[in-house]
Amino acid sequence: MQNNRQINKNGELQHLLTIEGLPASMLHHILDTAESFVSVTEREVKKVPLLRGKAIFNLFFEPSTRTRTTFEIAAKRLSADVINLNIGASSQSKGETLLDTVNNLSAMHADMFIVRHAQSGAAHLIASHVAPEIHVVNAGDGRHAHPTQALLDMYTIRHFKQHFHELKVAIVGDIMHSRVARSQIHALTTLGVPEVRVIAPKTLLPKGVEHLGVHPYHDLSKGLKDVDVLLMLRLQNERMQGALLPSAQEYFKYYGLTPEKLALAKPDAIVMHPGPMNRGIEIDSSVADGPQSVILPQVTFGIAVRMAVMSILAGS
Amino acid sequence: MKIHIKNGRIIDPANRMDEKADLYIAAGKIVAIGRMPADFHSNQEIDAAGMIVCPGLVDLSARLREPGYEYRATLESEMEAAIAGGITSLACPPDTDPPLDEPGLVEMLKHRAKSLNQAHVFPIGALTQGLQGENLTEMAELQDAGCVAFSHAENPFADSLVMMRAMQYAATFDLSVWLRAQDASLSRIGVAHEGEVATRLGLPGIPTCAETIALSKILLLARETGARIHVCRVSSAEGVEMIRQAKAQGLPVTCDVSMNHIHLSEMDIGFFDSNCHLVPPLRSLRDRDALKLGLKEGIIDAVCSDHTPVDDDAKLLPFAESEAGATGLELLLPLVLKWANESGIPVAVALSRITSLPARILNVDCGHLSQGASADICIFDPECYWKIDARSLRSQGKNTPFIGLELKGKVKYTLVGGHVVYRAGT
Repeated sequence: MQNNRQINKNGELQHLLTIEGLPASMLHHILDTAESFVSVTEREVKKVPLLRGKAIFNLFFEPSTRTRTTFEIAAKRLSADVINLNIGASSQSKGETLLDTVNNLSAMHADMFIVRHAQSGAAHLIASHVAPEIHVVNAGDGRHAHPTQALLDMYTIRHFKQHFHELKVAIVGDIMHSRVARSQIHALTTLGVPEVRVIAPKTLLPKGVEHLGVHPYHDLSKGLKDVDVLLMLRLQNERMQGALLPSAQEYFKYYGLTPEKLALAKPDAIVMHPGPMNRGIEIDSSVADGPQSVILPQVTFGIAVRMAVMSILAGS
Repeated sequence: MKIHIKNGRIIDPANRMDEKADLYIAAGKIVAIGRMPADFHSNQEIDAAGMIVCPGLVDLSARLREPGYEYRATLESEMEAAIAGGITSLACPPDTDPPLDEPGLVEMLKHRAKSLNQAHVFPIGALTQGLQGENLTEMAELQDAGCVAFSHAENPFADSLVMMRAMQYAATFDLSVWLRAQDASLSRIGVAHEGEVATRLGLPGIPTCAETIALSKILLLARETGARIHVCRVSSAEGVEMIRQAKAQGLPVTCDVSMNHIHLSEMDIGFFDSNCHLVPPLRSLRDRDALKLGLKEGIIDAVCSDHTPVDDDAKLLPFAESEAGATGLELLLPLVLKWANESGIPVAVALSRITSLPARILNVDCGHLSQGASADICIFDPECYWKIDARSLRSQGKNTPFIGLELKGKVKYTLVGGHVVYRAGT
């Protein structure tokens, strides 16, 4: 059995591959560190020299704009050298294997890989084959995990709600295919949120999801009742029609977040979304741009959280 | 050549024998057990003190990778692995490249195997040309060429009409049809059991109903066509229950399980261990326990190695992209002994699941130590521990979920046709 490789013998974070298995104290440590970086991002000179001379490779086997950019900004604010590689278009199409690509880049003296890949487990595979001084950050692997997204979501929740232990949180949308949802679930349950709900039609909920410690709902109105935090998920275009869902229209009618549906949640509930949003499909524009939306602060916090993760890894 | 195997504990499940006795071989055959025949002068003596002497093992599923996949393994390397594992008869599925769908290919394989003078190879012919599920193969001709049964390997039938016709045609010649129960569409995208672990890891799942729906189709078509059916590598508790009911109703169906599935479950995938990427998928702990029980009760007749050598490159990939399968020939005996030990089953009963019972399914005269039988014999030390690692395995495939573990039960000698073809290094 392969173990979770992200914590080293001293209990320090060696890689960040998944939220699963990380202790609450580690999550709080990352969030606290992020808090100290928020002020950096608000300064006129938005730079600290913590990672000066370090080479960080953004290794994106799957297209991404937002996540890659925020990692790049975060690394640059830590004074690291950032190299962006969109591998989907080069080596892999020439038949080079994932590990060959990684070995080649390791030979260029990389200190850290930020990895996004379409296959679940790709980041674990890389982490188990790199030299011990190289750190791996999972920036999204298939349907499995997207830990920095979940951490920035937790940061946002903590920022607006202060504590986790009295919250009701609902995750709405395509749980089945979502790495974001899986990481959010682990983070929320680890941080002591007493009630985590997942709301979706049965075709978009994975089997046995309740074993992850969540309550499944199929009716949005029931699921949103009295919740404090709404985590909306993006519905991928290719899933909007076919055997999973009949149409985007029907999805919006039954699972889209409208002001009427939002009114069922607590009056001070916050609405979050990992982006990019499909307005009019999973979320109504008036909600996305409304007073309860914290979608833009999420993006800002995302940079601080990624700075925190990279600085903690580089310090271990 | 006359061989005297002395001081061993002879276990021959087919003849309900389990006692300390000597065994005498002459002219490739077993001539006596117990008392030395008159005028017997041995050329070779094997001291089997502390060891078990049993029929050479019979494996119902071992991929030898010839023809077509010689870069993964060759007949030479895998036959060496077989005899090192005490296996003297093995059936190989038709999913070679090209598939075993023409008499010439089967004759070639038989000829190649025979020239190596090691284990007996019994090819399973393809039910349809190219395993495409469209046109039937020349099954009668293939049988004449040496096929002992017919299967569709890992390619589920998409067309039920073709499946029924294939079974009808096989039944015409009283040919045995071996099928694995997996629905084509329900298993199309999955790489792991649809359950807790696949949900946690974000891996596309293969639901249990992919097996049970296909199995019910197989059992109904068996009734309809009268074909002799063997179900390969059942993987779920529900599947075992359906076989139990079919047997209770008198349907002449037999069934096997892979040695991996009586020990492992989805939990062993851990964090994406591609050595646990197997077909059928490792299912839940409940399923594993039902398989163990089904094997104990005889609902499942036999254990196979499901030997599938895969090279390292094909395993060093993200789980879903990695190639399914595990090496197995050399682990069959110790893993069956481990199951027996853990389940409180007498060694003789355990050995029947890899000797006499699979021999009956193969419908070939092997897997027993009767007087006059070909001297295909496995001699093993039941107390000897050995470590499973790349060096200790002769197969070209080093991929197994058991890598790094120590297992008990080591083959010391393997005899085929009265010749010592394998002897463990000291």
